[in-house]
Amino acid sequence: MNVALLGKPLPVTRRRRATAVRRVFPFTAMVGQRDMTQALLLAAVDPRIGGVLVLGDRGTGKSTAIRALAALLPTIRVIADCPYNCDPAAISPNCPHCNAPGATASPRTRSITVPAIDLPLGATEDRVVGSLDLERALADGSKHFEPGLLARAHRGFLYIDEVNLLEDHLVDLLLDVAASGENLVEREGLSIRHPARFVLVGSGNPEEGDLRPQLLDRFGLAVEVTTTTDLQERIEVLRRREAFEADPEGFTQAWSEPETALRRQIEEARALMRRVVTPDSLLQTVARLCLALGTDGLRGELSLLRAARALACLEGEHVVLPRHMRAIAVPALRHRLRRNPLDEGSATPRVERALAELAEA
Amino acid sequence: MSQPGAVQDWDRAMLVARLFALQPAGLVLRIRAGVGPARDAFLAALHDMLPPGMPVLRCPAHPTDEALLGGLDLPATLAAGRPVQRQGLIARAAGGVLLLASADRLPGDTASLLCGKLDSETPPGLVALDEGEADEDLPAVLLDRIALRVDLDALRPGRCDTGRDQLSLARGRLPSVRTPAPIADALCSAALSLGVMPMRATMLAGRIARMAAALAGHAEVDADDAALAAALVLSPRATTVPLPAEAPAPPPPPEAGPEQGEQNEAGPPDRTHMRDPEANNGHQAGRDEDQEAPPDDLRQTVLDAAAAMLPPHLLDGAAAPARGSASAAQGRAGAGAVLGTRGRPLTPRPGRPGQGSRLALVETLRHAAPWQKPRREAVARRTGEAASGRLLVQVSDLHVTRYSRRPRSTAIFLVDASGSAAMHRLAEAKGAIELLLGECYVRRDRVALLAFRGTGTELLLPPTGALARARRSLAALPGGGGTPVASGLDAAVELACQLRRLGETTLIVMLTDGRANVARDGTPGRARAEQDAQASAMRLRAAGLPALLVDISPRVQPHAQALATSMGARYLRLLQGEPERLSSAVRALAA
Repeated sequence: MNVALLGKPLPVTRRRRATAVRRVFPFTAMVGQRDMTQALLLAAVDPRIGGVLVLGDRGTGKSTAIRALAALLPTIRVIADCPYNCDPAAISPNCPHCNAPGATASPRTRSITVPAIDLPLGATEDRVVGSLDLERALADGSKHFEPGLLARAHRGFLYIDEVNLLEDHLVDLLLDVAASGENLVEREGLSIRHPARFVLVGSGNPEEGDLRPQLLDRFGLAVEVTTTTDLQERIEVLRRREAFEADPEGFTQAWSEPETALRRQIEEARALMRRVVTPDSLLQTVARLCLALGTDGLRGELSLLRAARALACLEGEHVVLPRHMRAIAVPALRHRLRRNPLDEGSATPRVERALAELAEA
Repeated sequence: MSQPGAVQDWDRAMLVARLFALQPAGLVLRIRAGVGPARDAFLAALHDMLPPGMPVLRCPAHPTDEALLGGLDLPATLAAGRPVQRQGLIARAAGGVLLLASADRLPGDTASLLCGKLDSETPPGLVALDEGEADEDLPAVLLDRIALRVDLDALRPGRCDTGRDQLSLARGRLPSVRTPAPIADALCSAALSLGVMPMRATMLAGRIARMAAALAGHAEVDADDAALAAALVLSPRATTVPLPAEAPAPPPPPEAGPEQGEQNEAGPPDRTHMRDPEANNGHQAGRDEDQEAPPDDLRQTVLDAAAAMLPPHLLDGAAAPARGSASAAQGRAGAGAVLGTRGRPLTPRPGRPGQGSRLALVETLRHAAPWQKPRREAVARRTGEAASGRLLVQVSDLHVTRYSRRPRSTAIFLVDASGSAAMHRLAEAKGAIELLLGECYVRRDRVALLAFRGTGTELLLPPTGALARARRSLAALPGGGGTPVASGLDAAVELACQLRRLGETTLIVMLTDGRANVARDGTPGRARAEQDAQASAMRLRAAGLPALLVDISPRVQPHAQALATSMGARYLRLLQGEPERLSSAVRALAA
């Protein structure tokens, strides 16, 4: 029997990926939902903001927005057959594939669209973290790792619909990975770690189950979505959807100009991130705001600052201005306030009040 | 065909079938019907209408993840000695139709998986067969996506005109069918007037309208197509009865005259007369007129069509349509129906995978390892040739891993909201419950809320983890009326047993003064009522359900204590201003 139970490093099963161009609704053609699209854009400019939590009703275009954004973003270069989407310019030191002894010094690379992976509600731990490749194990008794959804989401988006209904042990696992940026698998005789940095996008309806405060706090931004009651806006949604369904190629073509413009804007914003200046006075304002609101820990301050920087870059500014901070304070802080678990009201007014008081002082 | 007020008859069901069959991709059709000739005839006709060669698959009521997503076919793999892959149902159904048997029992997470595929490149069409036997409605994710629905229970199968030629013509026409702006406006405003907020529903209505137009041979969607779509898609989702039109031009009800009778077949109440006869007869008068019809008339036509099909409970003025039940079904979705496939792994033990346990591969291989040599020799003896290098695994080597999960626990609050209790300390009891809810939140327990007053018991809140909702329904709890203790206890026992069957633990917390005065059947009378209450309490005890009785009467009285004894429940007196004592008692019991 040739099962090497302690063999290192582990070979990894390669998964063929569909290369067909996906038919995706253009991001810029989405009507309304400004809060959500803005938060997603900021996370795309600076993934370190931490994920985006979208709270609200079903059928408000959440998953459409995420797929659309992933398709819009500049394509990324990856090592051609690395199952973890390693960046050729900066190979992750803990990628089991690219650091294997047999790996060539100059591997083939290719371009892919930014991955946007759905994590379905009933997903088992196996499918999320990856597991022993059963096929290979039974066929030739060798031990191979079959990467899971976390591996596929590396450098992209991981979208969890109804995150509030996800099982607690999976939530813990995801938080661990999201915080550390790597997935550590210790099961079924496997011991493997691989990079898994992704923007976590969660959605849920608080009416159907609460989110644990620990989980809430880990999301960088939280936005609330509602369906619009504006008739004209709704008609526009209907018409664009119909136009898209009738002729996806033509529709995408018609929207290619704003899409390209936005892509360029994101690219420029990313380049600007290295140069943008945050004045000390703004740091003080942010600290005072968080103190006044009594947010736990420093995560609130950090997220708010990063989001404000990303917003400034997106607007092409070289200095972060107070208006950037004000514009993003509510989504960055509303989910971090201490609250009575039974208090169902939104925290938005509290943040707004604190902002107003700060402006007066 | 698009008589908006037409009763749900067989021809209409066939129309729905044709609409679905026109282009099932991404649509959900819900068939409410028991097993019987009507359902068989409908399904046969539907099958006949689908595009030739389209795959139709059947999904069992409780599919495993593997059955849905595919994977290694273990028995076949072992027998063949090489990996045998089995494609999942979802992959096989891409671009085809998937029949969901007993969709009302479909676990929420399976429904999520399936619905996720509806947005994919080659989405399947789903047919949800709902036998209407389960206590709960379909999973909320699925409900949200239903485009078409038929109710066959009261129907006798009639003529099954499949119209294959018409369908294939319509399929060719569909891609070029457009919705003119005034029609889109009318659909959207009808959705708003009916309180159908999700944009998805409006988009579904738009799609059905285009399909209806293609089926009717129209080049673009006209008022009738939109009216049909509104009646089929928007009406069942309505949350409000539309206000009578704000009447931009004074409507002339008396002038409707002779036409009124014809338009009024199904007699939707008091709004029909608002309908403009011209817009209504549009399809006979020529479509051009519809185009020029002012949007207000169009809006009214579409809205009327939808209003004529409104579910009866809305018209009765009953609040909150289906919302509560949908959320209740959803509350369960996170857990998954199969216990033991997730959670903390236990040590492996021999057994075959499936039915809630997974193959423990390393353990299996470890057991196969020592026998490789003799097995190889046996194979060589049997076949006369040397066994290949592959591993010889037998069924007896198989080990499985099982998982354990902390059983979920639900606190069932049974609140006496009768007049006597209200007079005494209902407000205080509410305060105590709020404290307990906070405790439940910390422990991630769920709560359910039952209240008994007057002649019966009401489930104010099905088991839920959304505690804010619990608090809201508690705050809205009115007091007054008799004290039907027996009815309350029966309901609590039933709910607790139901939850126990799902593998959950329960704790019944009853708040009452114990003074029963309404019997089980709702008749007043203290003697019978107390007798019934005692009997119900014994039932609770016999079922072995843990319970706590909180006495909220102002003075010490024997009633509540006697009841607690019969229930086998812990007895606690709620002293003035001491709600904390209650929460510590509950904590002790729940631990």
